[in-house]
Amino acid sequence: MRDTFVKTTTELLDDDPRTALVLADISADAFGPAMRRHPDRVLNVGIREQLMIGVAGGLALTGMRPYVHSYAPFVVDRAYEQIKLDLGHQDAGAVLVSIGASYDGSAEGYTHQSPGDVALLDTLECWTVHVPGHRDEVGPMLRDAARHDDRVYIRLTVQENEIPHIGGPTLQVIRRGGPLVVAVGPMLDPVVEATRGMDVTVAYTNAPRPLDAEGLRLLAGGEVVMVEPYLAGTSARQVSEALSGVPHRALHLGVGHHEIRRYGSWQDHAKAHGLDAAGIKAKIQKFLD
Amino acid sequence: MNFKLQPIPMTVAYAHPLEHLIKRLTGDEKHAPSAHSTLDVLWVLYDKILRISPETVDAPDRDRFLLSKGHGPAAYYAVLAAKGFIPESWLDDLGSWDSPLGHHPDRVRIPGVEIGTGSLGHGLGIGVGVALGLRAQGFPDARTFVLLGDAELDEGSNHEAIAYASAIRLPLTAIVIDNQSATHGWPGGIAARFPGWASAVVDGRDRVRLQQALDRREAPGLVVARVEPKRGGGR
Repeated sequence: MRDTFVKTTTELLDDDPRTALVLADISADAFGPAMRRHPDRVLNVGIREQLMIGVAGGLALTGMRPYVHSYAPFVVDRAYEQIKLDLGHQDAGAVLVSIGASYDGSAEGYTHQSPGDVALLDTLECWTVHVPGHRDEVGPMLRDAARHDDRVYIRLTVQENEIPHIGGPTLQVIRRGGPLVVAVGPMLDPVVEATRGMDVTVAYTNAPRPLDAEGLRLLAGGEVVMVEPYLAGTSARQVSEALSGVPHRALHLGVGHHEIRRYGSWQDHAKAHGLDAAGIKAKIQKFLD
Repeated sequence: MNFKLQPIPMTVAYAHPLEHLIKRLTGDEKHAPSAHSTLDVLWVLYDKILRISPETVDAPDRDRFLLSKGHGPAAYYAVLAAKGFIPESWLDDLGSWDSPLGHHPDRVRIPGVEIGTGSLGHGLGIGVGVALGLRAQGFPDARTFVLLGDAELDEGSNHEAIAYASAIRLPLTAIVIDNQSATHGWPGGIAARFPGWASAVVDGRDRVRLQQALDRREAPGLVVARVEPKRGGGR
């Protein structure tokens, strides 16, 4: 996904003089050619993430369209107040593109992990959040974001589904059946495997904000399961609001709040948080029994 | 740049051009305009330096003034009213439900205000982005000014912007109003915190000297405007 991001953003920089890219050292080498071609619009501020967002806000105020990139914990967690004030409060937009997600940096440790990024953005107004499940879903997201000035967050990860599902912001039905299970981004393949043989409807979204409330109302019966690759329960408010007029039970699966304090691979962490197929299956079965 | 530091007058004897507006804003008859540390710098900027008017608040190549130190914006509002950006009548009603003027300015509510501030340490980073945006779009004549307070420099985010702006020789002018309000002070002087910047330290009440200092285009430039020390700490 990172390679797709570099390729597409480099093309946007070549094609659209409004596009700017702000980096804080992360991925600077990969953008070397773009930086040499567009030294005024590809800006590496060094290891200064507060400044990275401030610069993006300033660029946007002059009419440019800034793309901003770093590890999720550095672009969102660390620079939260800059995101709130230098973008939101100024009524300015930017496209934040993160890597690392919840535990791609499994061997790097908790400093390089951001399970709370989407929850943090949920405290702020008008953020569109994309969580691609496949590298081929990334290009259209980046290109769409070039056509307006809104605030967009694109959360890249190394965990991918086998095939892409390119669609709009609405829930895509993967399988029809009983209770609704919504898989966000890279959670689709584990959800499909976990629910094999179960009588459930599986729906997919790579655009969880704004959450497709109408699709949720149409597809959910009395039971809904959300499976998200960030903090468990991040979408609880959105699901509750969408189904507020409907008696329902909800189960929210995602990354736990506890710090694992182990290294290993992202698969190890998925298992520890119950987000591998076996963990998801056990929790859904218990919920539906 | 080398300006000799003048003694700082403790009172301003002359009538200030904005005195009536300040009084209208604060309802305060007791305090002289000198109570407003930013007043003379703002007046010089809007009267002599900035290429901006109520008709050009949206012009892409206008000069930009960013008030980073959003606290105590009375002088800012008075200058905006004096220059016709906002009606003088707005000054009679500060911080009420129906007023566009808050205790910190909001760019979405006030014509001519480039950024909304209040939380310290945000203006300089945004200003760096503004200057970069103007450069990338081919507006070399458009200048960017950011006004900070000496206590505001406590915030670490400023120092990210200070280091980067000098590293890339960014055309931008920072103004620090020094009323010695930083709790732990700046031993060695404020200009020493801006390595690589062309700096001038001037009397923040001397409008002639201020204009001379602000006229200079530096990449980047710092003007430290010294005014009377603030009485009492905390915020």
